[in-house]
Amino acid sequence: MIKNISNLGDAALYCDFGNEVNKEINRNVINYFNNLRDSNFLGITNITPSYNKLVISFDLKLTSYAKLKKQVENLELKKNNNSKNNLIKIPVCCAGEFALDIKRLQKLLKINEAKIYETFFSKNYYCYMTGFIAGMPFLGDMDKSLFAKRLETPRVKVPKNSIGMTEQFCNIYTFQSPGGWNIIGKTPVDIFDNKKNTEPNLINPGDTISFYPISKLEYEKKYE
Amino acid sequence: MKKNMNKNYFEVLRPGINSTFQDNGRNNFYHIGIPFSGAMDNRNFLLANTISNNGINNPVLEFAYQGPKLKYIGENISINITGDVNFKIIRKNKNLEFSCYENIVLENNDCLDILSTNRSVYGYLSIGGTLEVDYYLNSCSTNTKAKIGANNGEKLEIGQIIKLKNIKKILPRNKIEYLNSKIENIRIIKGPHFDYFSNDAIDSFFSNEFNVTKLSDRMGIRLKGPKISNIKNTNIKSEGLVKGVIQITADGDPIIMLSDHGTIGGYPKIGVVISADYDKLVQIPPGSKIKFKEINLKDAETIFKLYEMETQNLISNIK
Repeated sequence: MIKNISNLGDAALYCDFGNEVNKEINRNVINYFNNLRDSNFLGITNITPSYNKLVISFDLKLTSYAKLKKQVENLELKKNNNSKNNLIKIPVCCAGEFALDIKRLQKLLKINEAKIYETFFSKNYYCYMTGFIAGMPFLGDMDKSLFAKRLETPRVKVPKNSIGMTEQFCNIYTFQSPGGWNIIGKTPVDIFDNKKNTEPNLINPGDTISFYPISKLEYEKKYE
Repeated sequence: MKKNMNKNYFEVLRPGINSTFQDNGRNNFYHIGIPFSGAMDNRNFLLANTISNNGINNPVLEFAYQGPKLKYIGENISINITGDVNFKIIRKNKNLEFSCYENIVLENNDCLDILSTNRSVYGYLSIGGTLEVDYYLNSCSTNTKAKIGANNGEKLEIGQIIKLKNIKKILPRNKIEYLNSKIENIRIIKGPHFDYFSNDAIDSFFSNEFNVTKLSDRMGIRLKGPKISNIKNTNIKSEGLVKGVIQITADGDPIIMLSDHGTIGGYPKIGVVISADYDKLVQIPPGSKIKFKEINLKDAETIFKLYEMETQNLISNIK
């Protein structure tokens, strides 16, 4: 299932699962990730799943590339070890002041606003990975009719909790951050809670997300 | 009630440029976007805690370039500073000079003025006792981007109070002779996208010097030099990073990932700095030059063992 394992520097393994981005390959990555989390191999410091790669970093004082590579190659996978993965419902308010790029998208996609939202809310999205900034989920796949390019000039500040989309993916900005994705709304739910000391992130790689629309009034209520 | 509870503290008269609480960092949260963080120069962090007879993961105050100016209130306490640091203690209007890598006694109303790091970036302040800081996910390390760790995830601010606890009896001097050696070459191992670059680009990468720019911080070092042109694709599908990874941006400039780096990235990775050179790498200040040298994995592992032995020797000389 892993096509190739190579070294990323002297203290990490770079596991290659292929070049395409699809759920099948990513489920393999997540399955390895979940199994490795349970394995307790000595010296592992971090495991980072992404679309089609898995990076495992380790403490060079405790283990080595050759040792850990052998352990990963011989890892007995528990099939469908996805009990950790959940379906999470996320409310989104699409009021004009939150949907920063909806006008741009109507022009770009040649679809009206109502249809864009109808299409967006009709699908479930799969979490390929989280990261870049703390807790940010990379979700897919968008309906083909909604594939849109990034902004030509990225925003310096995308507001926290904005819902963005580009090409086949959508995401949630867990912090105010620079970014170039098309913003279509905002959620009142904190996806990353920096006050929570265990599992501060609501969405994990492998989870499924369904978005549902809420009014401005409901948004403000949830914020209270 | 414990004796002298909360009676010992620093008042921050000047926060310095980038002063944060750090320890060994937090493991196992890359998959949710939280980087390792921790003290940038791990050796100087370990030495600071060892001179203070502290546990090796005790919180320290890390500072960069210009450090903080701190007024001390409380019973006599031992402190030490590691790195290549210029500092003084102002006691009753007199300036007292001391060296790094030894315990010094701070008295009530002393003012510790950490003026600058010399031709380097980071320095560490450790105390014979414990800095009272908040922990988040098993570490006090402050990550200002995710706003987590000690000090509510923020840099030190003017006027704030740093409480101290578990104050130890005055410690022996524990002085060590240690010179922060400057580095000539940064040794790297080929990255997974080495073949994204032409032979000419690779030659240019290893034969030229790169300038460390001012756009360098705990997240990364941005370099300027000859453009490293790409023959395949300037973007890859985003994937995991580790500290020391050198990505080549779409503009052809190298950026080196440091301890607070974003956990995933979408630029090709030309190489990774070897673990043994990391402490020295982070200490290279803006305006300096870096030259890269390629070595193989086996050599990198051997060099790391030697570096680790050297660190352990330094530590056992203190004890």
